[in-house]
Amino acid sequence: MATTTSKRRIAISGNGAVAQAMRQINPHVVAAYPITPQTDVVEDFSQFVADGLVTTEFVPVESEHSAISTCIGAAAAGARVMTATSSQGLALMHEVLYIAAGMRLPIVMPVVNRTLSAPINIHGDHSDSMGSRDAGWVQIYCKNAQEAYDTAVMAVRVAEHDDVRLPVMVCYDGFITSHALTSIEPLADEQVQAFVGKHKAHYPLLDTQHPVTYGPLALFDYYFELKRQQAEGMFQAPRVIQDVAEEYARLSGRYYGLVEEYRLEGAEMVVVVLSSAASTMEVVVDETRAQGVPVGLLRVRAYRPFPRAEILRGLSGARAVAVLDRADAPGAGNGPVGGDVRSALFEAERRPLFMNGIYGLGGRDTGPDLLRQVVERLQGALATGKVAEPLFYLGVRGD
Amino acid sequence: MAPINLKELAKEQEGLSSGHRMCAGCAAPIVVRQIMHAAGGPVVAINATSCLEVTTSVYPTTAWNVPWLHNAFENASATAGGVETALRALWKAGEITEDVKIVVFGGDGGTFDIGLQSLSGALERGHNFVYVCYDNEAYMNTGIQRSSATPRGASTTTSPVGRAQLGKRQTRKNMTEVVAAHRIPYVAQASPSHWRDLITKAQKAFQVDGPAFLNVISPCVPGWRYESQDTIKLAKLAVETGYWPLYEVEDGKYRFTYKPRERKPVAEFLAAQGRFQHLLKPGREDELAAMQADVDAQWEELLRRVGE
Repeated sequence: MATTTSKRRIAISGNGAVAQAMRQINPHVVAAYPITPQTDVVEDFSQFVADGLVTTEFVPVESEHSAISTCIGAAAAGARVMTATSSQGLALMHEVLYIAAGMRLPIVMPVVNRTLSAPINIHGDHSDSMGSRDAGWVQIYCKNAQEAYDTAVMAVRVAEHDDVRLPVMVCYDGFITSHALTSIEPLADEQVQAFVGKHKAHYPLLDTQHPVTYGPLALFDYYFELKRQQAEGMFQAPRVIQDVAEEYARLSGRYYGLVEEYRLEGAEMVVVVLSSAASTMEVVVDETRAQGVPVGLLRVRAYRPFPRAEILRGLSGARAVAVLDRADAPGAGNGPVGGDVRSALFEAERRPLFMNGIYGLGGRDTGPDLLRQVVERLQGALATGKVAEPLFYLGVRGD
Repeated sequence: MAPINLKELAKEQEGLSSGHRMCAGCAAPIVVRQIMHAAGGPVVAINATSCLEVTTSVYPTTAWNVPWLHNAFENASATAGGVETALRALWKAGEITEDVKIVVFGGDGGTFDIGLQSLSGALERGHNFVYVCYDNEAYMNTGIQRSSATPRGASTTTSPVGRAQLGKRQTRKNMTEVVAAHRIPYVAQASPSHWRDLITKAQKAFQVDGPAFLNVISPCVPGWRYESQDTIKLAKLAVETGYWPLYEVEDGKYRFTYKPRERKPVAEFLAAQGRFQHLLKPGREDELAAMQADVDAQWEELLRRVGE
């Protein structure tokens, strides 16, 4: 197997980095269907198989529905399993996502975030994975290629942890993160292998000496208890995510919490956002701070389980909060993250002024100029003591 | 292959035990038990959502004596492909040393209709499993709705008989031929009435390297509307009338495994079932003739393929 040495920086796209993580994890089975912008992950991994760099059995399925179904079969059989998808592909998997979680199968799936049709559009927003936020999967949203790589490695440990046993989505932004070439520092193959460890199957189907039944009919007398047990996995997940992150930090020097706080000290105004937009927001925070405007940034990394306590703590000093959603939730009166953060703030000792912006749908570029407008909205709210527009569509024409 | 001996079969452990909740007279568990006897070693069963699935796995009980997995309705083949791939991967990694056979059970809904894509994909990729369709010719699990396996003229709850329409208006899909077109190593049509033929076919199916497909007619008491003791009689009539020819396609070569000396009129098969009673009334001779013509055409086509 080719070896990468530690502390070596390489230029690579987000998809390339995640494919490298998959190569280093070397799962027993990968079943995947290509879809823009995830395609390079499948292509790169196919090449690793062709070049004998992995021992993985790769299944080039005929659809995403079959990709996740094959993963379920393989994971139940006792294998370590991965796939990857985007957009319509994730939507096509929808029904089966719940089954993977309900069967407590630790499948790891990079989701390269892309919007949903119609109109058809291949670019990045979070409409796809927000649609499956309640499917019972752990969802972690990554800011850049380095984090996507690191999270893919950590996700194996989180998913397979005895206290969790749930599938995990590693989400990162289509094109912005998946295709842009950046510099990352990968671990050595041996380090990744040692970190993920040997896969320990629970009740493998292929143990014919101990026959088990997967996916039975459970009616009103048992279904509820089984679902409560499943919820327990998600309740335990925050601790496990952080434990795994601490162990990973000792190995890599990089720590990832449930949320990432950026210049929250003394911040009267806080912007909450997921994924790559946080990088742009950091630039805007720096420059507005330089002008003496007390703005901070709270990035939600683990979205399921939702880090309510960490969000409350991060926003405890804020007088005005703007949550930015790269997905709409038509008719809800807020975006998905906006609704969750507002719900968390119900328990705040002092509730801040609150606004929710929908931004960047269909991959619409959201640069510093647009994000400065968010700061201006927050300043306006603080000045007047009220929020002029609780739900706004950032930079859209004809609004 | 060892000769099939009923006495010996009766001594073997059943893959599917009694105590399940299928209807009295249902052909599906008969089919399943016959096929499980043919595995000849450790076997894992994958089940599409179906009557068989819901009635054999009511939590916290199970009627399965073998490892069993149900995922959803339309993805049994992809799921089985995953199990089979894991078997190869774990074998390669030295984490498993046992040769395990994989069998999939789906109804006609999960096979002909909603599961067709998943099945076709898995067959093309060459996963080594035996797919068994127990074809009861309608969506029986939800209460007798038409499927693409439902024959012309049959009354179902979504192809009912009314003043303007006499049951289903379309001819059934020939799924055995659809599968045969995938050029997999072994395809066969079988009937529980001809159990030796069915078990022999299942043995062949388990032994080939690659996918195998068995399409097994499976009379349904409430769906076909007959007395529960007549299941095997119905299955036999389907064969004797040429409605359900017993044949196999081994590496592309067609062969009858049983041919009635003289085909009985299809009306005999239809008359024994409530779902066709409306076709037997005076003035509906054209309908009956059309159904006989369908069976005749299918038979002629099969003769041509066999080379007779």
